[in-house]
Order: sequence, then C-alpha cells, then structure tokens
Amino acid sequence: MNSAQFFNLTTIGYFASMVLFLVYLIARSPKIALAATAVAWAGFAANTAGIALRYFEAVEMGYNQAPLSNLYESVVFFAWSILLVYLLMDLKYKQRAVGAFVIPFAFIGMTWAQLGLDDAIAPLVPALQSNWLTYHVITCFLGYAGFAIACGASIMYLILDTQKSKDNKNGILALFPDIRVLDDINYKAIMFGFPMLTLGIITGAAWANYAWGTYWSWDPKETWSLIVWFVYAAFLHARFTRGWVGKRAAWLSIIGFAATIFCYLGVNLVLSGLHSYGGA
Amino acid sequence: MTTPKHNLLHSVWNFFCSLKLTIFTLILLALTSIIGTVIQQNRSPEEYIRQYGEGLYTLFERLQFFDMYRAWWFLALLILFCLNLIACSIKRLPGVWKTVREPSLTMAPDTLLTLANHTRFDSRQNAEETAQALSESLSSRFARPVLTRTEDGLHLFAQKAAWARFGVYVTHLSILIIFIGAIIGNIWGYKAFVNIVEGDQVNQVWPRGGGEPIDLGFTVRCDSFSVTYYDGSLRPKEYASVLDVIEDGQEVISDRKIIVNTPLNYKGITFYQSSYGPAGPATTRMRVTPKGGSPLVAINREGEHTPLPNGYSFAVTGYAQSYQGMGPAVQMHVNTPDGRHGNPFIVLQNFPDFDSRRGGEFAFALLDYKQPQYTGLQVNKDPGVWVVWIGCLLLILGTMAAFMISHRRIWITIEPKGEGSVVHMGASAHRNQAAFALYFDELKKDLTKNLVA
Repeated sequence: MNSAQFFNLTTIGYFASMVLFLVYLIARSPKIALAATAVAWAGFAANTAGIALRYFEAVEMGYNQAPLSNLYESVVFFAWSILLVYLLMDLKYKQRAVGAFVIPFAFIGMTWAQLGLDDAIAPLVPALQSNWLTYHVITCFLGYAGFAIACGASIMYLILDTQKSKDNKNGILALFPDIRVLDDINYKAIMFGFPMLTLGIITGAAWANYAWGTYWSWDPKETWSLIVWFVYAAFLHARFTRGWVGKRAAWLSIIGFAATIFCYLGVNLVLSGLHSYGGA
Repeated sequence: MTTPKHNLLHSVWNFFCSLKLTIFTLILLALTSIIGTVIQQNRSPEEYIRQYGEGLYTLFERLQFFDMYRAWWFLALLILFCLNLIACSIKRLPGVWKTVREPSLTMAPDTLLTLANHTRFDSRQNAEETAQALSESLSSRFARPVLTRTEDGLHLFAQKAAWARFGVYVTHLSILIIFIGAIIGNIWGYKAFVNIVEGDQVNQVWPRGGGEPIDLGFTVRCDSFSVTYYDGSLRPKEYASVLDVIEDGQEVISDRKIIVNTPLNYKGITFYQSSYGPAGPATTRMRVTPKGGSPLVAINREGEHTPLPNGYSFAVTGYAQSYQGMGPAVQMHVNTPDGRHGNPFIVLQNFPDFDSRRGGEFAFALLDYKQPQYTGLQVNKDPGVWVVWIGCLLLILGTMAAFMISHRRIWITIEPKGEGSVVHMGASAHRNQAAFALYFDELKKDLTKNLVA
C-alpha cells in the first residue's frame, strides 16, 4: 500500500465517523457514539500511517524531507493534528457529541486535499530546506487544531444558548454537554492552542531570521498570525472580565478560528507574500 | 477628601489598568493589522494610483496605509498596548508577590471549610502526633509543609508550583523585552545589500531604501557562485556562494560556502544568499571540425564573432541550461566569408556528434559554457536580535507556566479534642480545578488512612 491509499482510508474513516456521530445525535445510542469514536481512531491511525509512508516515499525519491512541504501535505497534517487534539480531549472529557462538530473539519480538509490539491512529491526549493520548517509547521498546526476544537465547542455553545431560554432540552440537544463544560472545553482548547501558536510564530521568526536576516517583516502571513494571536489573547483576557464570557467568548473563539483559517489558507490563495508557495 | 487633580490622576491610572482596555486594544490591533495585508506596503505612488485611483490614493496616503506598520497611529496603538500591559502588571504584581512570598500559613477552621476542596475528620492520635504523621505524608506525597503553632492548635501549610503565578507577568515582561530588542535593532542595526561579481571583493554595502554606502570594516570576496538543479528538472536545489573575509590584509575566513538558510556571520554582520544574476558576457569553448579537416578549439565571447578558417565566423546568441530536456545547449549561427548571416541552429552539450549530421561547413561540439555570475547578498546587522530571542524564550516559558502549571495549596488545622484531635483540611488550585479535585480526593484517602478514629 502507498500513502495515497492510506489517505483514502483516512477520508473514508473520517466520513464514517462524522456520519456515526450525526446518527448518534439523532438515535442517542451510546453504542453508536463508541463506534464513531472507534472509527475516528482507525481513521487517525490510517492518517498517521499515510504521513509516515509519504516520508519514506520522499526518501526513496532521494529527497530527505518531512512530509510538510506543500499545501496537500499540510492539509493532511492539519487533519491529523485536529484528530490528535480531539482524541486527547475525548479521552479526558468523554463528551461524544463534540465529535459531530469537530470531525467535519478534518473530513473537509482530507476531501479537499484529495480532490483539489496536487499530491506530487516535489523536492524543496532552497529557502524551505531547513529543520525549522518541521518545528514551525508542527507547532503551528497543533495550535490550529486546538482552535478548531474550541470553535466546534463554541458552535455547540451558541446552539445550546439559543435553546436555553425555551428550556426544552429535548431531542439532539439533550446529548450536548452541559453549557459550562462546553465553555470549559473552549477555554482549555485555546489554552493549549495559544502557547502552540506562540511557539509557531517564534519558530517561524527564528527561521526567517536565519534564512533572510529578518525575524519580522510584516509579510501578510506573519501579520495574519499576529492577528490570530491578538484575537486569542483578547479571548484569554476576556475570561477575567464580566460580560466578556460565555456567549461573547464563544463568538470570539469562532472569529479566531475564521482568522486562523484565513491565516492558513486565505493568505496563500488570496494575498501574496513569502508563504505563497503553498498556493502553487 | 481627594483633590480634583488627584482624582484625574486616579482615573488615568484606572484607565490604563483596565482589562477592558486590554481587550479593546487587542481587537483594535487585530482589525487594523488587516489593512496592511490587503493593501500592499511600500510600493511606488504610480502603482497605487493605477490600482486605487487618485481619490483613494490621496486618502490612503493621508491615513498612512501604504506604510501602516510604521504609521504614527499604529505605533500609538502599540504604545497604548504596552502601557496597558505595564499598568496592569504593576497593579496586580504586589498582590501575587505577597501570595507567593508570604502565604498565609494558618487558616481558621471555618474559613478552611469554605475552600473548594475540604474535609474534616477526627484523629485518634493527639494533635502533635497527628501533625507529625500528616507532615510526613504530605512531604512524601505533595510538598514539605510549614508547621505553625497558635493557641487554636497546630497548622500545616504546603504548596506546589507557587512560581506559576508569575507566568503571566513573565509573559507580559517578555513582550516588552521583544519590543526593546526590536527598537535596538532599528536604531543601531541596518539592512543592506551588495552584489559581488565572482572574483571581485567589496568593503562597502548599500542600505536598502537608499542612502550612503556603509563601510563594513573588512573586505568580502566572492570566489565563485553556483546554482545546482534537481536531476532532470529546472527546480533549483541550491544557490551557493563561496566567500572569503579579509581583514587588515589577512584572510580571516577562507572558502566559506554560504547557501540559502546557511548565512555567514562575521563581527555581528550577517551575509545571506539572496539573489544572483549574470555579470558580463559569457565565454563558450567549442570544438569545431571543418568539413574534411581536423578539429580545433575555438573560444567565443557572447556578442562577438569568432573567426573560423577560410573567412567564416560564428557567434553564440543564446544558452539554455536544459533545452527540451536534453541538457545544456547553445543557439548559434555561422557567417559566410561575404558576411551573410547563416540560419541559427542548436548545439547540445550532451550530444557532441550530433551537429555533424546538420551537414554544415563546420560541425560544432559544445565543450564548455561559462557565464560569470554576481552573487546578491543581503547584509544585516541587528544588535537587538539577542534581546528579541531572550524575550521569545521568556514568552514561551511564561505562556507555558501561565496555562499549563497550577499553583496548588493545602492548609491543615489540627485542634486537640480529648485523647485525639480534629483535623480540618482545605486545598485550592489556581488552575485546572477539576483535575485537582480528583487529586485531592486521592490525597485525602492517603493522609487519613492511619489516623481516622
């Protein structure tokens, strides 16, 4: 089997897991939730195997490079990061309904990578030949994954919040975690993501300084990473202020994730700059 | 009574201490930063007018949108951010300092029981023995406690990771340190560039954005420049310059290869491989075989005609690193003795016998093509960069401590009661309370095991 086949399995696994989680919301059977989680683990295993294989495939072609060098590989890695952070959260909180709001991000990523992106293994241009690439990408994506989970929890929070007044926690909503648990997942995920993003920005700056002699040049990608950092810094400080918790915090988290996605993809696809190689 | 002046100072102070100001500033910084990513920065006025038209150009120019990260209003926002950060830290730090340095060692039983995690039990041993036993268990399982004796009874206090409370202030301080580093770099550093033709040397560099050349204080020589490609493609694998540094007539650094991502640093000045290009005409060495004659070697300079036997001459007009996937090639033509321009044709380096099939007056084989290059180096001096890295390190340590490490405290008060004693125990964590509650339950079981009456 080659990496592409493993990525096919990954996509199928995430799709199945997503469907099972949705079925769980309707059927409310814990067995289905368990199956959905098991399939998510299986998809994650396939994702891991695919990434590892792709590394060896590149080595076989004579390129000793981490499988993090183009948009296709980074999207696949993003899906992997989301699953990693989600599954760790799941081990701790066991709030299965959250899966229905997080797995779709990974599924969409994998589908897009497979249908829309060039999966050729290309050697790295000189500017990208650096170990800093690996540190930078891993830390950034772990941060992004934390924010994805926070966003999923925030969406659930807002859905629950609109229903709260009517006091009819029937149907699907009965399976939602307690609103305070959602708020807590939101914060915890950001408390994990924020130091990771900080580390990602710093490793990027260190690399830029090593490669070009400028640790900060206000390039659009750099600026957007700072924008994301500002939004989540605001979020974390909002926790200490009355009136900026709960609903507003949930909205900040969703806006933060939208900014994250724009930082990751929008900048490459829409704006120009040092990171635009990713759009090629 | 406070005077109005005092009141004003007080409100200014409160304004800068406000957490709402923090949130407001952070969001405003995020929103305004977007402008500079949408509008390309530091382009020529013509480019902007073409893109936005006269009216918008004038407006944007006035708002300093074309160099917005250096605009007064953006810098003012950053300064506001720093002032807020300093004021907030100054306001809260003494309290935290006190919590850490002078923790309250005793707590009244009633207060203890108001803590999130608490328990109370009767011990069959007397107060001193109970304190001794609890001390030992706490030391081995949590942290060595401090024993205080008051008339109410015996008090134990133990804490872990108190320093984690400073994480947030380390984070704040680190941001200020990064700013200081950036300012140092801006004032005492420079960004410049220099182009060196292979074989040449320089002792001056040119600041980016114009200005007088800067003396390096030493000389840099470029021995050679080369580009290598991945096999069978035009994808560059490596740009490399071989540089020497000469100071006071001595070669202090010899034959140092610098490539992208591997710069050369000498005396705080760093040279980065940044660009390259052709410098002057190329030289072509060719084996020329006249029809029915013996081969000779001809050396041609690009743009010039090189004479051949019997009044003919040839010129090279183009070169490709890889011509239709068949490797290096030149385009050339031969002029007849009466000066008539022949049809251009291609000579492939990897197929030296190929050209004879053309059936021309001469058959050419490409031996060697040498294009002298210049290497484009970016030259930076940034004496503040170490300050920035120290700031970054503190930022990482600070955020990790602030978010991942929890200050945990346990208070125990033991009151004598008949033969035995009553134990009141309370505990708190400043982060991750849920996990601490589970931990406390375990600890409680362990501590009380041999004591409960």
